[in-house]
Amino acid sequence: MSRSAIGYIALLAFGLAAPFFIYPVLVMKVLCFALFACAFNLLLGYTGLLSFGHAVFLGTAGYVTGHALKVWELPTLVGLLAGAGAAAVLGWVIGSLAIRRQGIYFAMVTLALAQMMFFFFLQASFTGGEDGLQGIPRGTLFGIDLADDMNLYYLVLAIFAASFWLIQRVIHSPFGQILKAIRENEPRAISLGYDVAKYKLLAFVLSAGLAGLAGATKALVFKFATLSDAHWHTSGEVVLMTLLGGMGTVFGPLVGASVIVTLQNELADKVGSLVTVIMGAIFVVCVLAFRRGIVGESLALYRRMIGQKP
Amino acid sequence: MKEKILVGLTAMALATLGTQGAFAQAAKAKTGKLSGDMVKIGVMNDMAGVYADIGGPGSVEAAKMAVADFGGKMFGKPIEVVFADHQNKPDVGASKAREWFDVQGVDMITDVPTSSVAIAIAKVANEKKRVYMNTGAATKALTNEECSPYTVHYAYDTYALANGTGKAIVQTGGKTWFFITADYAFGHALEADTAAVVKASGGEVKGAVRHPLSASDFSSFLLQAQASKAQIIGLANAGGDTINSVKAANEFGLTKNQTLAGLLMFISDVHSLGLKTAQGMMLTDAWYWDTNDETRKFGRRFFAKMKRMPSFDQAAVYSATLTYLKAVQEAGTDDADAVMKVLKKTKINDVFAKGGYVRADGRMVHDMYLMQVKKPEDSKYPWDYYQLKKVIPAEEAFQPLALSTCPMLKKK
Amino acid sequence: MSEIFGIPIQAFMGQLMLGLVNGSFYAMLSLGLAVIFGMLNIINFAHGALYMVGAFMAWLGLTYLDIGYWQALLLAPLCVGVFGVLIERTMLQWLYKLDHLYGLLLTFGLALVLEGLFINIFGVSGQPYSIPDELSGAFNLGFMFLPKYRAWVIVSSLGVCFATWYVIEKTQLGAYLRAATENPKLTQAFGINVPLMVMLTYGFGAALAGFAGVLAAPAIQVSPLMGSNLIIVVFAVVVIGGMGSILGSILTGIGLGVIEGLTKVFWPEASATVVFIIMAIVLMIRPAGLFGRET
Repeated sequence: MSRSAIGYIALLAFGLAAPFFIYPVLVMKVLCFALFACAFNLLLGYTGLLSFGHAVFLGTAGYVTGHALKVWELPTLVGLLAGAGAAAVLGWVIGSLAIRRQGIYFAMVTLALAQMMFFFFLQASFTGGEDGLQGIPRGTLFGIDLADDMNLYYLVLAIFAASFWLIQRVIHSPFGQILKAIRENEPRAISLGYDVAKYKLLAFVLSAGLAGLAGATKALVFKFATLSDAHWHTSGEVVLMTLLGGMGTVFGPLVGASVIVTLQNELADKVGSLVTVIMGAIFVVCVLAFRRGIVGESLALYRRMIGQKP
Repeated sequence: MKEKILVGLTAMALATLGTQGAFAQAAKAKTGKLSGDMVKIGVMNDMAGVYADIGGPGSVEAAKMAVADFGGKMFGKPIEVVFADHQNKPDVGASKAREWFDVQGVDMITDVPTSSVAIAIAKVANEKKRVYMNTGAATKALTNEECSPYTVHYAYDTYALANGTGKAIVQTGGKTWFFITADYAFGHALEADTAAVVKASGGEVKGAVRHPLSASDFSSFLLQAQASKAQIIGLANAGGDTINSVKAANEFGLTKNQTLAGLLMFISDVHSLGLKTAQGMMLTDAWYWDTNDETRKFGRRFFAKMKRMPSFDQAAVYSATLTYLKAVQEAGTDDADAVMKVLKKTKINDVFAKGGYVRADGRMVHDMYLMQVKKPEDSKYPWDYYQLKKVIPAEEAFQPLALSTCPMLKKK
Repeated sequence: MSEIFGIPIQAFMGQLMLGLVNGSFYAMLSLGLAVIFGMLNIINFAHGALYMVGAFMAWLGLTYLDIGYWQALLLAPLCVGVFGVLIERTMLQWLYKLDHLYGLLLTFGLALVLEGLFINIFGVSGQPYSIPDELSGAFNLGFMFLPKYRAWVIVSSLGVCFATWYVIEKTQLGAYLRAATENPKLTQAFGINVPLMVMLTYGFGAALAGFAGVLAAPAIQVSPLMGSNLIIVVFAVVVIGGMGSILGSILTGIGLGVIEGLTKVFWPEASATVVFIIMAIVLMIRPAGLFGRET
C-alpha cells in the first residue's frame, strides 16, 4: 500500500475515534475550520490568489443555512446545500469584480467587498444583526437525530472527508494543473492560449462554495450564525491557518486549522486578549522565517534527511 | 414516685425522639447529592469592553463574597466560582456556556450583561437543563418570548426602566422624544418599551437613530437628534456608549436646548462622567449602596476589595449566588429542576432586595428606585451621587404577569 | 429654518462638515499608504494600528507625562515614525525580494500584535482625551454649529497633505525618492543611498499615520480598535483612487468622506457601505482607479 494511503487511513481512524476522548464540539469546530482552510488553500496555494475576505463565504452560508433550517424549516441536507450554494453564487459575484485587478489589489478588493457584505449583514433583519441568528435546529438525517453531538460529529466528519477528497481530485486534474501554471507564471499561461480569467473565476467559485459548506456545517454544530463569522478577523484567521500549516500542501490547512483552533481554545481562558497578539506574532514569524509552514518545512526537512534535494 | 419516674422517663424519651427528629432534619440539610461532587458557579460577562465596569471582575468578586457568606461549602463539598469573558458576542458566550455545561460541570451561570448574549445563553441553559440567573441583561424578552423553565431574570428589565424613567420624565413635561439606540436586542427593547410609555402618557416620538455597539463617534447621531428638535433625547444604550453619548452631546452644545435622558445608567457611568456633567439626570436603579446601613456595609466591604462602590448588577450577582446556594441546600441537590422549584417558592430578603420573589415566568420581582443625580455641591462624600425621588413598588415596577407572552404560561 | 432637498439646512451642513472631517482622515491615511506602496511596494496593513499608536502616545503623554496636545502633535508622529523605521529595518527589508503578498501578511500580523497588546493593557472601550482649551467651543454660523476642533482637523490635515505632495512632487528630496522607487539600481549607481531613502519613506508614512492619530484623539475615543475600524475603508479609498498619484489619493479621500457624510443625511442605512459600492462601480468602469496608471 502506498505511503499516502496509509496516511489517509490513519487519519480516518483517528477521526472516527476522536470524539470518544476529545470534546466532540471542539473536534467539529476543527473540522469546519479545516475545511474552510482547505478551500482557501485551493485559491491561495494552488492558484496563487490571496483572497482577504474569505470569511464572507463562511458567514453568508451560515446565515442562509440557518434561515433555511429555522424559518423555512427545510430538511438538514437541503439547508446545508442552500448555504453552500449561496456562498458559491456570492463567490461568482465577488470573484468577477476582484479578478479585474491583480496581486495586492485583488486582495484589497476582496477585503473591501467582504466588508461591504459585513455591513449588509449588520443591517439586514434576517441575520439578527448583533444578536445573531440563534436557535438553528439541527434536524434529523435519515431518521438519526442530530441534536446528539456524537451523531452530528459523524456527519461533519463525512462532509469533511468528502470535500477533502473533492479538493484532491481537483488538484490532480488537468484543471488543477492549469491553476498551478497560472500561479507559477501567469503571462506564460496566457501566451499558451488559456483563458486565465475564466480559470481564476472558476477556482474562486469552487473555493467560495466549499468555504460556504464549512460555514453551513459550523452553523449546524453551534446552532447559531453571527457577525463574527463574516468579520475580517476571521478572514485573517484562515490565512494564518493556511500559512502556518503550509500553503500549497495537501495537509497543511488541516494541520494549521487544528493548531490554531486548539490554541485559541486553550488560551482563551488563560490569557484573554493576548490571543490576538499570539496570532499576530505567529503571522510575523511565519512570514519572516517559516514561509513553507509546518507541513512544508517538515517535508523539506524529511527530504534533506533522506538525501533528496529539498 | 413511680408516676414521676414514668413521666420523667417518658419526657426524656420524647425529648430524645424530638432531638433525634431535629438531628435528622439538620442531617438532611447537611447532606445531598451534587453533580460532580461540587457546586460550580459560572460568572460570565464583559471583562474588558464597554460594560466592564458595570459587572466585569467586580461581579466575580461579588459571587465569591456570597460563597464566603454562605459558608464556603455545600454538604461538606467545595463551591467553586469560575468566570469568562463573552466579549459582548453571542457566539463566544454561547460556545463558552456550552463547554461549561458539557465539560466543566458548571451548575449555574449568572450575570451575563448584553441582551443578545443573554438570550443565547438562555437557549443553551434550556437545552442542557441548568440554572441560569441573569442579573446583567435588560431585555424583557428573557421572561416573555425567550422565557425558559431554567431562566431567572433577577435584577431589572427594560419594562422597569421605561416605566420608571420614561413615565417620570413625561410627567415633568418632556413630551417629544428622539432616541439614540444601541443597535441590538437591548437597545431595540428599551427603545420600544420607552416609546410605548411615552405614547401612553400622551407624548410623541419624533424619531430614532441606531448606532453600533461600542461606537466610537457619536457626532453624526447627535446631529440627527439635534435636527429632530425633540425636547428629550433618550439614550437607549448603556455603559461606555452612554458615557460617550453624553460627552459628545455636551461638546456639540446639544444640552443647551435639549435634555438628555439616560434610560439605563449605572453608578459607574455617573462616576466616569463626573457630577458636573451628569447632574440632574434621572434614572431608574435596582439598588443603591447608600440606601441603609446593611447596603452601606456591603458597599464598603466591596469597596475594600475593588476600590469602587458596587453597581446594582454586582450587588445582584451577590444576591443571586446566595439565593441559589440556599436553594440548593434546601433542595438537597443541585439538579436544576429541583432547584428551580425551590427558587420559585423562595422569598428573597437580603442586602439586595426585601420581599422579592420569583414569578412563574422567571421574573424576580422587587422594588425599584427612581433616582436623580445630585449636583456637585450637594455631594458630601465620594460616591454620594444619587437622591432618591421615589420608590417604585415591586408590583408596579415590572410587567404584570397577565401581559407576559411567555409560552410556558400558556400551557396552563 | 430653511431646508435643502427636504432636509433642514443645519443637519445637512453638520453632516457635510463631519464628512469633511472624515475625508481629511481618509486623505491622510490613504496618502501614507500611497507613499509607502509607491516607494516600497508594500501594502501597509499596519497603517491603522500606527494611527492608533499615535493617538495612544498622545493620551499617554497627557496622562502620565503632562505633555499637552500641541507638543504631542509633534512628538507622537516622531515616535511613531521612529517605530516605523524600526519595523522596516528589522522585518520589512527582508521581504522586498519576495511576492508582495508577504508584505501584506507581515503588516497584518503586526497590526494584530499591536491591537492585541493595547486591548490587553487598556481594554476595548475608549480612553477620554479632552479637546485642548484653545480649540474648544464652536463657531455659531447661524446655519450650523461648527465645533472649532473639527475645523482645525480639516485645516491641519489638508495642510499636511498638500505639504507632503509638494515635497514629493516638487523638491529634490522628493525627486530622489521617486527615482529610488522607479529604478533602485540605477539610482543607487548615482550614489544615492537607496536603503536610507526606503527607510525614511516608511518612517514618514508611519509618522503621517501617527499625526492623524493625534488629530483624531480629541474627536473620537482613543481606543485600540480605532485603527481597524478605519483601515478597510482606507483600502477601498486607495483602490478607488488608484495608487498612481499622491494628489489622487488626497482628492479621492476627501471626496469619499464628503459623499459618505451626504449619504448619512439622505440615506443613513447605506452610509457604511457607500464607499464600497463606489469601489465596485469604479472597478467595473475603470479598473485602474480614478487616478491610477495601469501597471
